[in-house]
Amino acid sequence: MTLQSKAPRSRLDPEPMARRDWLGLSSLWTMGAALLFGVVGMLRLPKAAVLASPSKKFKVALPETLPAGEAFVPPGRAVAVYRDAEGTYAVSTICTHLGCVVKANPEGFECPCHGSRFNADGTVSRGPAPRALPWLKVQLSGGVVVVDEGTTVPSGTKVA
Amino acid sequence: MNPASTQNNALREFVDNLKSAPRRMYETAFRGGAPTTDRSRSTFVFGNVFLHLHAVRTHRWSLRWTTTVGLGIMSLSAFLITLVTGVMLMFYYKPFPEAAYASIKDIHFVVPTGRLIRNLHRWAANIMVVAVILHMARAFFTGAYRPPREYNWLIGIGLLVVTLGLSFTGYLLPWDQLAYWAITIGANIAQSPREVTDALGITEYFDPGGLQRLLLLGSDTVGAEALIRFYLLHVMILPLALAALMGVHFWRIRKDGGMVRPADADERLAKMKKVETYPVFTEAPNKTYQLAAVVRGKTAVVGRGPENTVPSMPHLFYAELGVMMMTLLVCVALSLVSDAPLKELANPSVPENPAKAPWYFLGLQEMVSFSAFMGGIGIPAIVLVGLALIPYLDREKEGTGEWFGGPGGWRLVKLSMLVGFGAPLLIESFAIRFGWLREWFPKIPQLIVTAVNPATILTAVYALYSIWCIRRYGSARSGALGLFTCFLCGFVVLTIIGTYFRGPNWVFYWSPSDWPKH
Repeated sequence: MTLQSKAPRSRLDPEPMARRDWLGLSSLWTMGAALLFGVVGMLRLPKAAVLASPSKKFKVALPETLPAGEAFVPPGRAVAVYRDAEGTYAVSTICTHLGCVVKANPEGFECPCHGSRFNADGTVSRGPAPRALPWLKVQLSGGVVVVDEGTTVPSGTKVA
Repeated sequence: MNPASTQNNALREFVDNLKSAPRRMYETAFRGGAPTTDRSRSTFVFGNVFLHLHAVRTHRWSLRWTTTVGLGIMSLSAFLITLVTGVMLMFYYKPFPEAAYASIKDIHFVVPTGRLIRNLHRWAANIMVVAVILHMARAFFTGAYRPPREYNWLIGIGLLVVTLGLSFTGYLLPWDQLAYWAITIGANIAQSPREVTDALGITEYFDPGGLQRLLLLGSDTVGAEALIRFYLLHVMILPLALAALMGVHFWRIRKDGGMVRPADADERLAKMKKVETYPVFTEAPNKTYQLAAVVRGKTAVVGRGPENTVPSMPHLFYAELGVMMMTLLVCVALSLVSDAPLKELANPSVPENPAKAPWYFLGLQEMVSFSAFMGGIGIPAIVLVGLALIPYLDREKEGTGEWFGGPGGWRLVKLSMLVGFGAPLLIESFAIRFGWLREWFPKIPQLIVTAVNPATILTAVYALYSIWCIRRYGSARSGALGLFTCFLCGFVVLTIIGTYFRGPNWVFYWSPSDWPKH
């Protein structure tokens, strides 16, 4: 058996790695990779593919005698439904600031939590709310109004 | 020897062993014996898995009442009380809407001792928040964040955040009106980065706010999914995180050389001429127990006894036990006179008016009433980053281990209190009397309101004042003293305004008796 020369090897002909170094490093890197994939996989879990939320579409039967500009709030829903000469429309009553339910009054809406005020068309008149109250999609089917809380429409969209 | 007598001997031995078993059990459990000598006092500490986080001997400076005011042990004691009472409450609590409310009602009105346990849980949690904040103030004002304790200061900030998280998640669990609307507001604060992304029109592509809210609630609305998540955080994830951080925190105190003390603590103690109640060393006065090679710090001082220390058992442990018992006493007393609140069942269509968070978040709520993003996320993040940077910006030595130590000292702190209390009072009075930008210019873009509102102006005033302190005294410690004092004062002012002077619709009222009737 000849002695190996101790001359420095070139970059293209590197020193072969000792077996224990190779085993140690490969276990380190596989553990790192496994941890990374495991954590990424686990992080997906808390974000459900289908959300457990109640149906966003619901039907409302408006009273025959609802005056123009007066809000009708279906029980248990955060929506104000209106009917005037131009048609029917619905405004969300969830405050755009921090999600409290705003109260409809003749001038518009007011939020009990941090004092935001909105005009009748939903635009902010004072307080910390960053955006106008969104208008919601409304369909007329027979005598009832179908409101879709999940779909917003441009402000001023009224359905006759 | 005949077999019969061998049998008798074995039997007698067996009986003797049986008789001595209880005594031997005791001896094998407590191997050091009674802590009456230096040696057995030492084994009492390091031979016990729970006590050995302590050093065997404690510096006499650490035992002075004014060094720590016992605030760390007070926080730990409050945590232990919440831990025990929390586990008791879990016997009956059911984390599902309506069932949750009913079970809390049962605990309060039907379960034997249930009301006391629930009150204890609530009061200990409140005391823990107060103690943790004061403990941080103590560490700051005595310069305890300085080398080698920088990292432990960071762990402490982590503990503060987890403590507040525990309190907040616990607030939802009763599922009453108070809880429901506080969590609605909290979840929407998590969503408030949308205030900025909406204004920039990029929410569709980049929506960290929406993701945070979704992860917190597990749904679009505050419902069963949110309740189980908050429950999981409250009873499992956050307590484990807290326990892990606490372990590191305590261990680091030990490794960093115990409580912070001035460089000339020994001379000062000598000048105080206090009567020695216990000899510094009862035996072997020239021996040192310091492991100079392992523990960082000055090497053993030959010829003058090891250090100015006394055995931790009994001196430190009895002091700690005293603080624990005081904390328990205060919790029990408060629990007997004041019941934890339980409002009516959560109603998602009618907000509580005013809807108020727990008291220690009312300062934040005061700020979010100007801008959700800056008040709820922006400024708290700035405060936390600022706190975390303190040990790395102040690298001075003057005043370490002294209350209000550093250039300026107590005089500077008094001036800072004036600024700290005055600035928020002036800014709030102005905003309450004259309104803010949106009332004057209804069409103003949201980004301007987000950037310029009473909360951000207050932060800017504090920052400018701190820079003035740095220039005036030529010291980063002075800037930190000014800023930290201002931060504490601002927290107090905003919390008091939010707690006592905000009524329905978050309108300012001098007294709840002025609130409009429904």
